[in-house]
Amino acid sequence: MGIRRAAQYATFAGAALMVSAGTALAAAAEATALPEDAVVGGYVPMKPTEGKGMPTPGAIGFQEQFSPIGEYGQWMHNAVLMPIITAISLLVLLLLLWVVVRYRTKANPKPSRTSHNTLIEVVWTLLPVLVLLGIAVPSMRLLASQYETAPEGALTVKVTGYQWYWGYTYPDYGGFEVISNMLPEDEALANGEPTQLAVDKRMVVPAGVPIRIQTIGADVIHSFAVPSLWFKLDAVPGRLNEKVMFIEEPGVYYGQCMELCGARHGFMPIAVEALPRDKFEQWVLEQPGGTLGEPAMTDVNMPVQEPESAVPGAAGAPRPDSALEEDVDAAEPAPTAA
Amino acid sequence: MATTAPETFPVHEDAHHDAHADHKPAFFQRWFMSTNHKDIGTLYLIFSIFAAIVGGGISGIMRMELAEPGIQYLGAVHEFLGGAAGDFDGSLHLWNVLITAHGLIMVFFVVMPAMIGGFANWFVPIMIGAPDMAFPRMNNISFWLTFMGFCSLMMSAFMPGGTGMGAGTGWTVYAPLSTTGSPGPAVDFGIFALHLAGAGSIMGAINFITTIFNMRAPGMSLHKMPLFVWSVLVTAFLLLLALPVLAAAITMLLTDRNFNTTFFTPQGGGDPILYQHLFWFFGHPEVYIMILPGFGIISQIISTFSRKPVFGYLGMAYAMVAIGVVGFIVWAHHMYTVGLSVNEKMYFTAATMVIAVPTGVKIFSWIATMWGGSLRFASPMWWALGFIFLFTVGGVTGVVLANGGIDDNLHDSYYVVAHFHYVLSLGAVTAMFAGWYYWFPKMFGVWHSELLSKLQFIVFFVGVNTLFFPMHFLGMNGMPRRYPDYTPAFELWNWVATKGYEIMAVSIVIFFANILYAIIVRKKAEGNYWGEGATTLEWTLSSPPPFHQFETLPVIDDKAGAAH
Repeated sequence: MGIRRAAQYATFAGAALMVSAGTALAAAAEATALPEDAVVGGYVPMKPTEGKGMPTPGAIGFQEQFSPIGEYGQWMHNAVLMPIITAISLLVLLLLLWVVVRYRTKANPKPSRTSHNTLIEVVWTLLPVLVLLGIAVPSMRLLASQYETAPEGALTVKVTGYQWYWGYTYPDYGGFEVISNMLPEDEALANGEPTQLAVDKRMVVPAGVPIRIQTIGADVIHSFAVPSLWFKLDAVPGRLNEKVMFIEEPGVYYGQCMELCGARHGFMPIAVEALPRDKFEQWVLEQPGGTLGEPAMTDVNMPVQEPESAVPGAAGAPRPDSALEEDVDAAEPAPTAA
Repeated sequence: MATTAPETFPVHEDAHHDAHADHKPAFFQRWFMSTNHKDIGTLYLIFSIFAAIVGGGISGIMRMELAEPGIQYLGAVHEFLGGAAGDFDGSLHLWNVLITAHGLIMVFFVVMPAMIGGFANWFVPIMIGAPDMAFPRMNNISFWLTFMGFCSLMMSAFMPGGTGMGAGTGWTVYAPLSTTGSPGPAVDFGIFALHLAGAGSIMGAINFITTIFNMRAPGMSLHKMPLFVWSVLVTAFLLLLALPVLAAAITMLLTDRNFNTTFFTPQGGGDPILYQHLFWFFGHPEVYIMILPGFGIISQIISTFSRKPVFGYLGMAYAMVAIGVVGFIVWAHHMYTVGLSVNEKMYFTAATMVIAVPTGVKIFSWIATMWGGSLRFASPMWWALGFIFLFTVGGVTGVVLANGGIDDNLHDSYYVVAHFHYVLSLGAVTAMFAGWYYWFPKMFGVWHSELLSKLQFIVFFVGVNTLFFPMHFLGMNGMPRRYPDYTPAFELWNWVATKGYEIMAVSIVIFFANILYAIIVRKKAEGNYWGEGATTLEWTLSSPPPFHQFETLPVIDDKAGAAH
């Protein structure tokens, strides 16, 4: 498998070519595309950037996050939860090792008969309570950020889970539905995309604006999940679920169905392509039935509304070190094609 | 003991008239019509080991398939089971059948029978000084219902279940995948398996509650009961309150499937999420049902080998009660992504984290029990120490998942798989092995090899950690559960996990070698082979105990010692 994987990522690197996206939204972004994309007009599926919006080989942490809520969630996990749970596990391990060494029969032949100590029992009940209260603060903030719904006039994408593919309907733009199926392995590799994640038609959305995602299941329950956007919402028959998605920069973000839905549950991936507004509109016009009839937020220069602005750790706030490092890496130009 | 088995069956009267304590019925009567709690306990243990071979073998097929990207083995297994060659959907359906069977077998036919049917049946009556369970014949039917439940589940694998043979719904049997999504009788057989096992467990729960409340020996007050008995008492209440809800939910599934009701079908006014609420109202207490008896076993072992009474006995007992009570009001943390309101998520986040407090009390009290003790490291103690650490690791990842906002990313990923295998496969199963080696000579009268059981512990510990720890990484990196194939980025840790499975499998070989050792060497065990520190009532009896113990009830007058 090693060889196949290496070949696949060689394809990524070879195809990657930096082009100027030309919009404020994509300022530091690594929106890469084939040279043909530079030709005016015509939507060409964006080439994914290796390691962005997809799992990284051998990684031991979260995928890099591209939404404010994801950055806050990742910060909370890495900076709050991980140190606490690591410390607790190590504390228990050290105490175990200590009693094993200190109170083995040879070291302590006469066992004590102590079986009560009210003070220490109260302490080890109250201390965890305090720790949990400490965790609860960022946890409740993270949840509270979900109170805000998408602003009126935000783009709506209705995501329908079918056995076993996804449908993306755009009610604001003529109500066309994009049917998205998994690409077979050879085609995915030919496209320079990761296998099991690449699809024939992506869910294309604008970057930098709140999007109202509505999910529903057509047959059984599915779950629309994109790990790099910290987004997961079940698609349940008979129930229209709604949640805000906000993608900070253009790119391709892969996800998969995450609720068991039958035989091909593992074969209905998700690919979200976030584009600058004008490119997105271009794409809409190319869809059968796609129209810019009454788009509510067409002005690219309109100030961007951030629904997760309540999230303290969003833009500007300190981010985990790892994320900063990844940013530095990402800012370096990708290798150009020969 | 007015009606002991031999008197009940006239066929036996000719040969033996005198019913003294060690009068054992003939083979068929003894093992197929048993009313003796120790024999039924042994039956449960044998059944659990057998089911574990099936359930563990299934996970072997799963780990083999997941070792590298692509579908390598499912097609061959599918054909072996009688499927058509090249039937891709059939092979993928087989995958869902495997994950479903693995979950159901391990939960209902391995952990529950071993913990409650096996160890609790064997030792609860002895530990409270009772001659047998309150309802010996109901005890028998509990076992055979569980057995028939297993048969029903096995049969379902050979019935049409929609896209292939067998029930491929996951152990949670979510509607509408389990109703309109799975035509054919396979899911009906699977549901019926749950009905049978559930009925058996409810009867078992009634039996334990009655036994513990009514049949304690003179002087054995509730607050003198060994902690293992406490753990089984709490577990029995959880079973009694939770299982009827499951029974109702899956009965509604059956009528939705077969009688055109629409409890969970939106087209007829039902709601698929209602099923999830009902299922997890049972499902969350169920995870405590699996782990609480393990807590009890570990408490007995730690106390015995520290030669010290359990530290904070009352705190330990009521921590289990608290876990049981709070366990009933946290169920929707399994459903954070179904479209719950933010307020609901906040409530369930807060309530779930509360459970960490009594759990912490238990962990710290075990350590405090050893503190100041005089520790001996017989093999059960190795398993118990391993349990405390592994359960802590599984517990803290539970605190991570309890946060609804974090679960938005981790839900239904391999992180969840890692978490619940740490508390079950590494927690409950480790406790089961601890109990097995603690009581094996007591139950069967002959010694296992201490060397082999320690060796098994080391191999098992290395194996399960190699198997399940990388799953945290896979989950955070985005790998979903219940997938037979994945993108190559997930290959490394999947490959490591499969290697871990192979190591773990070696430890199971050692386990069986140890049983063979006991059978061949037949080294006799004394009554109290652990010596000082082993103070509960089973150590006052011979090994194995007489067929009917305590025909004269023991009197517990010791203020501190005998009970705990």
